Amino acid sequence: MTSTIFALSSGSPPAAIGVIRISGPRAGAALEALAGPLPAPRTAALRWLVDARGDRLDRALILWFPGPRTATGEDLAELHVHGGRAVVAALQAALGAVDGLRPAEPGEFTRRAFANGVIDLAEAEGLGDLLAAETEGQRRHALAIAGGALSRQVEAWQQAILEASARIEAILDFGDEGDVDADEARPRAIADGVAAGIARLLAAPPAERLRDGVRVVLAGPPNAGKSTLFNALAGREAAIVTDIPGTTRDVIEAPIVLAGQPILLIDTAGLRDGDDPVERIGVARAEDALAGADILLWLGDPGAAPDHPDLIRIGARCDATGHRAGVDLSVSVHAGEGMDRLRDLLIDHVRALLPREADLAVNARQRAALEEALEGLHLATSPDALLFAEGLRLARVALDRITGRAGIEDMLDGLFGRFCIGK
Amino acid sequence: MPDSFDIIVVGGGHAGTEAAAAAARMGARVALVSMRRDMIGAMSCNPAIGGLGKGHLVREVDACDGLIARAADHAAIHYRMLNASKGAAVQGPRVQADRVRYRAAIHELLADLPSLEIVEGEAASLRLGGPEGRRVKGLVLADGRMLAARAVVLATGTFLNARLHFGMRHVAGGRVGEGASVPLAEQLRALDLPMARLKTGTPPRLDGRTIDWAALDRQESDADPWTMSPLGKGRVAPQLFCAISRTNAETHAIIRGGLDRSPLFAGVIEGQGPRYCPSIEDKVVRFGDRDGHQIFLEPEGLDTHLVYPNGISTSLPEDVQIALVRSIAGLDRAEIVQMGYAVEYDHIDPRALDSGLAVRAMEGLFLAGQINGTTGYEEAAAQGLVAGMSAAAFAGGTQPMRFDRTESYIGVMIDDLTLHGASEPYRMLTARAEYRLRLRADNAPTRLTGAAIAAGMVGPERRAWFESRMAARQRLEEATTERLSADRMADTGAQVTRDGSVRSLGEWLRFPGVGADTLLALRPALADIDGDIIAEFRTDAHYAPYLARQEDEIQRLKSDDGIALPADMDFAGIPGLSNEMVERLGKARPSSIGAAGRVRGVTPAALAAILVHARRRAAA
Repeated sequence: MTSTIFALSSGSPPAAIGVIRISGPRAGAALEALAGPLPAPRTAALRWLVDARGDRLDRALILWFPGPRTATGEDLAELHVHGGRAVVAALQAALGAVDGLRPAEPGEFTRRAFANGVIDLAEAEGLGDLLAAETEGQRRHALAIAGGALSRQVEAWQQAILEASARIEAILDFGDEGDVDADEARPRAIADGVAAGIARLLAAPPAERLRDGVRVVLAGPPNAGKSTLFNALAGREAAIVTDIPGTTRDVIEAPIVLAGQPILLIDTAGLRDGDDPVERIGVARAEDALAGADILLWLGDPGAAPDHPDLIRIGARCDATGHRAGVDLSVSVHAGEGMDRLRDLLIDHVRALLPREADLAVNARQRAALEEALEGLHLATSPDALLFAEGLRLARVALDRITGRAGIEDMLDGLFGRFCIGK
Repeated sequence: MPDSFDIIVVGGGHAGTEAAAAAARMGARVALVSMRRDMIGAMSCNPAIGGLGKGHLVREVDACDGLIARAADHAAIHYRMLNASKGAAVQGPRVQADRVRYRAAIHELLADLPSLEIVEGEAASLRLGGPEGRRVKGLVLADGRMLAARAVVLATGTFLNARLHFGMRHVAGGRVGEGASVPLAEQLRALDLPMARLKTGTPPRLDGRTIDWAALDRQESDADPWTMSPLGKGRVAPQLFCAISRTNAETHAIIRGGLDRSPLFAGVIEGQGPRYCPSIEDKVVRFGDRDGHQIFLEPEGLDTHLVYPNGISTSLPEDVQIALVRSIAGLDRAEIVQMGYAVEYDHIDPRALDSGLAVRAMEGLFLAGQINGTTGYEEAAAQGLVAGMSAAAFAGGTQPMRFDRTESYIGVMIDDLTLHGASEPYRMLTARAEYRLRLRADNAPTRLTGAAIAAGMVGPERRAWFESRMAARQRLEEATTERLSADRMADTGAQVTRDGSVRSLGEWLRFPGVGADTLLALRPALADIDGDIIAEFRTDAHYAPYLARQEDEIQRLKSDDGIALPADMDFAGIPGLSNEMVERLGKARPSSIGAAGRVRGVTPAALAAILVHARRRAAA
């Protein structure tokens, strides 16, 4: 017997409203226990909620969604209560006392929706991202995935590969008996087309950047003004600033949002060969941060800047040192000079690194499956028809892992639907 | 007192003879019950054995010491390796067999099995016992004789409610000239097993003396002297040629003109026919844009003039059949000796069976062949082998051999049948086997003979042959481990690029430019090893990188197959499964989460729900 779970589904109290969700076979019984007879499905009703002793807990809006056509695929109830801590706690206690109910684990509602076939894996992942979305770009992207945009694209590829498979299988199983089109050019063209599409998607920026932010690393020699600039960009005194070279020992991170773009700002220890063991560790960490940087803000001698594909050379403290040659931009935090231009420049660079709104971005799991599919399609360029078919099969298996599964019978359906086959 | 046996096999077709022989090889006392002794081993339909997928099954049955390949070699009057130009894994050996010689070979092979007795008689009913009569005790014959046995294998072909259609005329019966077995059918119906209706058909038979052979393209028997079985005397019968012709626009017009009198299109036939060898009227209707369909004219034997026109199976009325045949090039004066007809019959939904082809609801009852919804001699023979072996293991209390879909076409077929059922007559295709790179017709003994020996199914002659073959393979493997440079290979005559690469000799063999001659030049001591063993070894090397890639997938599959589901799992009680899934899962009763995943329409999400449910149940 599946257990029935409940949880506060809105943000943590105190808040104006608290939404408590109950999902599972005893959701209806639990609603009746607290609110009396079930209201009409999918219609809000205003009721007094009471506990087992009959004590009134809150006057609330309740909703009843009988399964399976619900968000979780199970019977589902919602209590829209007043969002005070005591009210929510009392209701959770009352629900916990109902037989067969228990508090939900993190993500359990979504997991049930997946387990009950309401959403597929890609949609579940999108939904997870949607709930965690903090910026506008993240929200739009997560909404597209949760709405099945990636699933639809993958399904289109699956259909195409299925057709190519059906054609090549017909040639393999019936080619010698006449009656089938023995031309391999068409299935090979289909496979090439899908391979190109997957390669394009893989070339797009990864979804993790949307979730975790673009990694902008400030680096340079000691006492170059990195931490001052870092604090200015972060809008708070996150890093300690002194005139003493080597003040910043560790890597300091601050998530910020510029024009709706998520950025992870990273300050690092000044790069130099020192004797202080703590500073040496800090420099090693700085070098690691540099290696993982999406964008590098270099505050040292422009000629000494490390090799990086997305490098911005900054001439800092331009109010004191004057404008240096060879830099992309001169700024002075104290004079406020160049800061707006720096932000604009950063936004441009960040935008180029994030998936555009029209783009589908994939996460690491999806990327691995797509890479495997692509590998299969590369094998499918083998002149041996058998290996071609094997490559298509590998691609199907890999794509199936993203959304669903297309069995051999689906392929045979494709095969027989398209061809006249003599015995 | 009834005559007592370990196993009773009902039916002397391809399934029945393999079942009886497999059980007898395992030492069981077997009664092979057939209405007519002389009809045992008859080829009821086309004269061909093997083909793509089907040839694989023949080689696999042979690897388990079955009959079909040796009988086919004895009877073969034409050999053809299908897909000879394509990869080794999809090459299909196929022969035309002389009916008389085939039947004689089967009789001879059966006579070699001392514990097998042929009982001539009509099976009337099963003798049942046990709680609620759910255990088989033996068989009652129509003349009142009683036979006792621990297990019964039914391999009765299309006998269940069979109906022959000649145009709009129809008669009851299994094959032309033989009666249909009705009382046993009534008893099976009473068992309340799920059943469905299928149809199959046959083309008109032609008198070869009235065919204008000179006007047609000839197809000669393969010159390369391969055989179906490595055991036996090789090619013993004279080789004949086949011919190829085509239907044309006029043929199609004649067929369209006769559709109103076709039982298929006039609604008389309700059974589901195969998608892959449809009747010619089906092809014309479904693929109306095609200007012609290929026909193979296959001689039926050495001592007969009968010719089987493969490709024009039909149940159209007589006058239409004559007209359509005569519209075809080379057949303008052809005489039809026997009209084509369609057969409709009931079959048991094979999802009622377990992986040993035992009926779950009736202890000791096994089903094999067309009764399970399959078509074809090879599919029947392979099921007969499985059912006979499983019945003998059941009766003797020994461990049966399990056929896995990652290791054999037999395993693919059993898995497909018991999980998906047969919505149309099931025919083997290489496309059904997802791991076909390893399931080749040329390596069937390597894959299966060892396990068949362990199950006690293999006689001494094949056992000796197999052991010497494995010893030879072992020598090959040991002699090819040394790592050699590209230069060394090229110096020995191999067509490889001198790119400085170094590989083991075994790995070098996967390159097309490294032939058996190079191997023997480097390792002259291997010269006494059979060419086909070296060929198998080279093909293994050729596919090795791809097989390694499949290994993970197979391991995943096996681990999923290792998660057992209880036999009485209540799928309807699992939230989130659609009604369709519940119905399919309930019928197939998958024994593991892996098998459940192969039931059609079951999504990964549903699998997750089943898994969670099974775990929860196990914990409760």
